[in-house]
Amino acid sequence: MSFTLKVNGQSHTINVEPETPLLWVIRDSLGLTGTKYSCGIAECGACTLHVNGRPVRSCVTPASTVIGKEITTIEGLPPDTTHPVQQAWIAEDAPQCGYCQSGQIMAAVALLAKHPNPSDADIDREMTNICRCGTYTRMRRAIHRAAQTFTRRSAAQK
Amino acid sequence: MSIKSKITRRHFIVTSTAASGGLVIGFYLPGAEASTLPSDQEDLKINNQPWMSPTETGGAEVNAWLVIFPDDTVTIRVAQSEMGEGVFTAMPMIVAEELHCDWNKVQAEYASANRSIREGGVYKRMATNGSGAVRRSRRYLQQAGASARERLIQAAADRWQVPATTCTAKDSIVTHTATGKTLRYGEIAHEASTIQLPEEPTIKTPEQFTLLGTSMARLDTPLKVNGSATFGIDIRLPDMLYATSKTSPIVGAKVKSYNFNAIKNRPGIHSVVEFKSENKTMGLRSGVAVVADTFWRAKTALELLPIEWDYGANSNANSKEIAAQDLEAINNKTGTVALNEGNALENVNKATKVVEAIYSAPHQAHATMEPLGCTAQVTQNRVDLWLGTQDPEGAIHSGAEQSGVAPENVHVNNCFLGGGFGGRGSRSEVNQAVAIAKTLGGRPVNLVWTREEDIKNDYYNPSLVTRFQAGLGSDGMPLTWFSRSTGDSILFWHRPKAVANGIDPIILRGLSDMPYQISNKRVEYIMRNQHIPVSFWRAPGVCNSIFMIESFIDELAHTGNKDPVEFRGVLLENNPNWLNVLNTAADKANWGQSLPPRTGQGIAICVAFGTIVAQVAQVSVSRRGELTVEKVVCALDCGHVINPLTVEMQVESCVVYGLSAALYGEITVENGAVVQKNFDDYPMLKMKNMPEVETHLALSGGTEWGGIGEASLPSCAPAVANAVFAATGKRMRSMPFKHYDLSV
Repeated sequence: MSFTLKVNGQSHTINVEPETPLLWVIRDSLGLTGTKYSCGIAECGACTLHVNGRPVRSCVTPASTVIGKEITTIEGLPPDTTHPVQQAWIAEDAPQCGYCQSGQIMAAVALLAKHPNPSDADIDREMTNICRCGTYTRMRRAIHRAAQTFTRRSAAQK
Repeated sequence: MSIKSKITRRHFIVTSTAASGGLVIGFYLPGAEASTLPSDQEDLKINNQPWMSPTETGGAEVNAWLVIFPDDTVTIRVAQSEMGEGVFTAMPMIVAEELHCDWNKVQAEYASANRSIREGGVYKRMATNGSGAVRRSRRYLQQAGASARERLIQAAADRWQVPATTCTAKDSIVTHTATGKTLRYGEIAHEASTIQLPEEPTIKTPEQFTLLGTSMARLDTPLKVNGSATFGIDIRLPDMLYATSKTSPIVGAKVKSYNFNAIKNRPGIHSVVEFKSENKTMGLRSGVAVVADTFWRAKTALELLPIEWDYGANSNANSKEIAAQDLEAINNKTGTVALNEGNALENVNKATKVVEAIYSAPHQAHATMEPLGCTAQVTQNRVDLWLGTQDPEGAIHSGAEQSGVAPENVHVNNCFLGGGFGGRGSRSEVNQAVAIAKTLGGRPVNLVWTREEDIKNDYYNPSLVTRFQAGLGSDGMPLTWFSRSTGDSILFWHRPKAVANGIDPIILRGLSDMPYQISNKRVEYIMRNQHIPVSFWRAPGVCNSIFMIESFIDELAHTGNKDPVEFRGVLLENNPNWLNVLNTAADKANWGQSLPPRTGQGIAICVAFGTIVAQVAQVSVSRRGELTVEKVVCALDCGHVINPLTVEMQVESCVVYGLSAALYGEITVENGAVVQKNFDDYPMLKMKNMPEVETHLALSGGTEWGGIGEASLPSCAPAVANAVFAATGKRMRSMPFKHYDLSV
């Protein structure tokens, strides 16, 4: 089946079985390897990307269900790492092995869009991706730091 | 990332042939947006493909460890693998300390394992294991940095025709003290590379350090927040195929037959490759792989491929029976004596009170976030491998053996590792990828294991069961100590000749070298190997033994009505470094503070990889029995510290990894095969379960440095178990703790 997906603002015509998970279209057909495979059953969130701004576990999302929607992957954030969440991740030295971090960052960006100043309880509820290296403490601090950046920016705009 | 140079690199090009199945019409070219990148992105310290150089041409190799460029940039080669533990920053820091270069101009790249094989081991040890990166490598890295510095000074002195002793080096600049003349490293590096020193310079003593001991940001972080860090699974090559495999579900099982016709007409299917195996323990196991033009097509076809197995003699084994046999062994058999001081067997009769307990720990999987895999390309007299490996030289030898190509012609392109923990050294994935690539006429193949294959075909952390008996004197202090342990041996699987005497010193770590002063000690071991393959996990040996020892010591303290910290303090009174770590942890945790009901603190201490670690866990247990680990305070003595930031991160990492195992982790076997298959039935700690972690250094200095990648894991489980006892009065003697009902 041939269909078109809009990924990071660009349209791509894809020819795969419609049930193919979005993750594998992104990685194998489009060559965007920042989004990771780890469990394949939506348990760990390493494959998290955004569909219309909401966090989605792409390993269980059939590609044909996101036709016409805005798909954003980690490569859709600024490659020069200037996004406030990326900057906060760097400032707090969050990554270790780094494998889960694309998914964690996409989950955090979505969390902050929904809760601009999240509580620890909000973070616990929304940040359910697995990190085997134990970067949770630093990611929590990074989310709070990014929230402060957003708060400062919106105050400056007022 | 130096994206600017990426598009020209052959390994990153996605060509139309890569979409050979006609998959992609408007395909995306990674890096195509490079021209829009701001220039600061060119300042990245590590290539996003870390086997490649961050800066490519014009440098002078002063020695095998470092290259200096005309603009003073220094590329330092790292012989260990970056799996999160921070070697891509710590190892360059060690070299840079002696080199006296500007840290802001330091870049890093992997050392070449192929070169090390061709040049007589120029990079010395290249495996990443045993928390050994710093403690085993630092002396020759310090020497390499010092030697390069002295040669740079000599090169400048030669230009000025002055004695080298009248010149100094700092921040990548050599200065002639008397005249104030200067030369930058980049100006003299080519000359320095030809200079031979009459003798090697002396390396610094710790009080002379200016860079080591300061917290430096990791060099790899920027690559890990924009998705560009290349892991083994991310390799994309021209004309590449994808594969996924099904390994025999039981060691000893073999493929009887399979029916390729059932799947060959599915879209994108290329071929099926059978792994014909001699069933060697560590080599290629029997199995099949499906090769296709995408991973998903290979995976779905493999699931539909009819495979008949000869399950073999091990298909009757199950964990319950193994556990029953373990109990029978430690209760009724005499083990090989690993330690015998005084006479524990007789003098226990003099005890006022005898305490006995049996502890157990199940098998654990590594469960790295990146499942195992390997990309291989086999041509007539050359093999190329791309994977994240803890043992790049081992990967070369596996590739050579599997292909028949000489090791000098096997090239491993080491990637970032999506977690290691000991699980990326067994090389099954290399054997499989090469076996597949051999059939593909020179086309590369990216083999990726599904999570299910990764969990079911791991080399697991061994199980351990220990029976303890201690005799307490009238003063409540132990007079005798006896332990008898059984379980699988790691070395039996890796170096069987090393365990011919019945002792596996790795399994007995902690047990046979316990620091507590007790006049009568006897430690026995009964090696009982199963068909379940075992290997090195994070903190092998001590990850199990310390849970048991430190929990039982806690039992003894409570039996004798002693405070657990004071009790340990008495038993350690001749070990000032241990006492310092113990007391630091207790003080920082405000040990003995009054706590709410069903909240408690527990302490544990151990040595692992040369580092003494004490942890105080604080837990609360709800009336319904929900266990919350609120806080872990860790004190440690690794002698000296390279990067304090990395130490903190590794403590946090060990706590998460150790707690996941202690609370939830359990690999079991039924009908010979592993039951667990994914993160739903092999769960791990998540954000909401993460305790607050505090790290305190209690450094003693000295000449031997300790490792930090594993040392903080073993004491975590017993600290939590002891805290649960303090909170509830319930003693948890087997992992995982999820099986205990802690409700009121």
